[in-house]
Amino acid sequence: MAKVITGVGCPYCGASCDDIEVTVSDDGTKVLEVKNACAIGNQVFHHASTPGRITSPRLRQPDGTYKEISYEEAIDRAARILVNAKKPLIYGFGSTNCEGMSAAGRVAEKAGAVLDNCASICHGSSFLAIFDNGYPSCTLGEVKNRADVIVYWASNPAHAHPRHMSRYSIFPRGFFTGKGHMGRKIICIDPRVTDTARVADIHLQVQQGHDYELFNAFRTVLHGGDIPDMVAGIPKEKILEAAGIMKKARFGTVFYGMGLCHSDGRNHNVDIAISMTRDLNEFTKWTIMAMRGHYNIAGPGVVWSWQFGFPYCIDMTKRDLVHMNPGETSSVDLAMRDEVDAFVNIGTDAGAHFPIPAVQHLKKHPWITIDPNICMASEISDLHIPVAVVGVETGGVVYRMDNVPIQFKKVVEPAGGILTDEELFDKIYERMCELDQEA
Amino acid sequence: MKTVTLTMKNKPELILECNNVTPDAFAGKSLADIGRLEVYEGKFRAPLADYFEIAGEAGETAADTRIVMKGDCKRVKRIGQKMTAGEIEIEGDADMYIGGWMEGGRIHVKGNVDAFCGMAMKGGELLVDGDAGNYLGAAYRGDWRGMQGGLIRVKGNTGNDTATFINGGTIIVEGNAFIHVSTHGEGGTVVIKGDVEGRVGGQMVKGDVYVFGNIQYMLPGFKYMEDVEKEIDGTKATFAHYIGDLGERHPTSRGQTVYANLYVKA
Ligand code: SF4
Repeated sequence: MAKVITGVGCPYCGASCDDIEVTVSDDGTKVLEVKNACAIGNQVFHHASTPGRITSPRLRQPDGTYKEISYEEAIDRAARILVNAKKPLIYGFGSTNCEGMSAAGRVAEKAGAVLDNCASICHGSSFLAIFDNGYPSCTLGEVKNRADVIVYWASNPAHAHPRHMSRYSIFPRGFFTGKGHMGRKIICIDPRVTDTARVADIHLQVQQGHDYELFNAFRTVLHGGDIPDMVAGIPKEKILEAAGIMKKARFGTVFYGMGLCHSDGRNHNVDIAISMTRDLNEFTKWTIMAMRGHYNIAGPGVVWSWQFGFPYCIDMTKRDLVHMNPGETSSVDLAMRDEVDAFVNIGTDAGAHFPIPAVQHLKKHPWITIDPNICMASEISDLHIPVAVVGVETGGVVYRMDNVPIQFKKVVEPAGGILTDEELFDKIYERMCELDQEA
Repeated sequence: MKTVTLTMKNKPELILECNNVTPDAFAGKSLADIGRLEVYEGKFRAPLADYFEIAGEAGETAADTRIVMKGDCKRVKRIGQKMTAGEIEIEGDADMYIGGWMEGGRIHVKGNVDAFCGMAMKGGELLVDGDAGNYLGAAYRGDWRGMQGGLIRVKGNTGNDTATFINGGTIIVEGNAFIHVSTHGEGGTVVIKGDVEGRVGGQMVKGDVYVFGNIQYMLPGFKYMEDVEKEIDGTKATFAHYIGDLGERHPTSRGQTVYANLYVKA
């Protein structure tokens, strides 16, 4: 008899849906059916039971091929690389649980490494803005139950977070929002006519790279000042109309994405969005939220801030003196400037995401990939250690984009007895301690 | 004034962090003691003498000590960090944080420097003959106290985030700046003699910015007031005076609202 597991969390995008129903085979090894998830989420569950998964660590040979090795040997090699490097970099954590992140934190501290997560090339600029200017945010539950004006600024949930609009922002009927989308106004600000722009009541097609000027115009209007007839490609009356709707909201939320974080000015685009949110609170209740990409990419920020005092780009080379300064201690900058001499890619694909010169610099030194799947990073590394798929083969704590922790479930047994991220990092840590004692 | 000369003999494999290279750390020490000062290459700690040939003599006090750096220091960070007096001369390029948190004395870099130089500077003088990177004279992440005093002069260009959160002191850039000049500024003076692409004075509360060249994209939150005559760094000219950022909070003084001033050469 097949078993149905309810209340399962989806380990894909930052919406971190926790209402998935998964039907598994009688022996608990295969996912048969997935309900409630979007097309991407559905695929993640099925992918775990696709034949051909790598179940044993692989070591690069002199002839360029991979040879299967034992976990014990892989752990020993990883520990030695971390101990011997002058400045190792441990980067990734796009797809793992908080338990794995915390275990990796202990390894990084022991190794005197730089510890960083995918926010570094994603919402890291949001962190910088938050350090500078605060974060007047809320939970997605508050948005669902209270918000009557939603702004999607430089984000496109229709594709990046497929169920965001239906679960949290536009369509759900909540306590004070019984009319669902009929009672909500949607403003989309994006240089492209995205599918999100198509469902919005107002679309302001801002000139690419000029969001900062547009925010400045909104703020000037909110402070009672006058603005030029055209700002960032948007006519003054359109800005006044949108500002008027925002002022009259009962509860509003700005959801922003990569368009702000990764156009010129990066953190300042978010910084001024936060300032605008603060200005709007002179009139009514407004909040702002980063559209975090992965299901638990808010996790390392929470876990490491508790462990080390910083959410990302954590330089622990001085051991007792932790230092963080993105631009210097951020993974891509370290790699571009050739500042590290060992690289651990965990739960992400730096091979695909980093600039080519950065990958070329990293490739001069030992490169370890820890990931359940074959990806570009696993194919160029010296050592590939497979691990269990979090949210499918192991559970754990996950922080949703609004920093709400959710307990994710395991639905099937790990393929071929592979280790979880937490088990693997704990073993690497133990081996490093042994090597320390031997020395 | 006595001089200690450091000549790079073994270049670091990665990068060298030399926050001990200051007149304050050298003053009153013998050459052997200076050579034993610690520097970092990643997590490895080593004596300064492993990397540099050290010659000359240090003064009794920081104010009486001059350091000359020769050879390739392009990958050396934090020279002159937190120095309070004395002089440093770097004959070529240097890396990040040169003169960061500096309180006094003088640093002269004859080549280029990278990002975060003169960070949160309180006093003294930083002179760069070449270009400077991003975050020149800016605040450390999350700190609202950027540059508070002193003078930074860059003869070449700078990147973005010049003088972020500045609240005192003067920065003069003789070339161009990219975007974000004096963002969140609450004081101080910034002079850009070349062009700026945009975002001058965004979220700025108080302070002065002078731009001699062109601002490609002016922020909508700045309002033209009148033309004024000014003498800036030896140049007498007419400037268009703007106030702003009208989207930001502003204090009042004697019943008058205080704005940031932007002067663009006519
Ligand atoms: S919206 Fe995101 S979290 Fe929800 S099912 Fe789809 S991929 Fe999974």
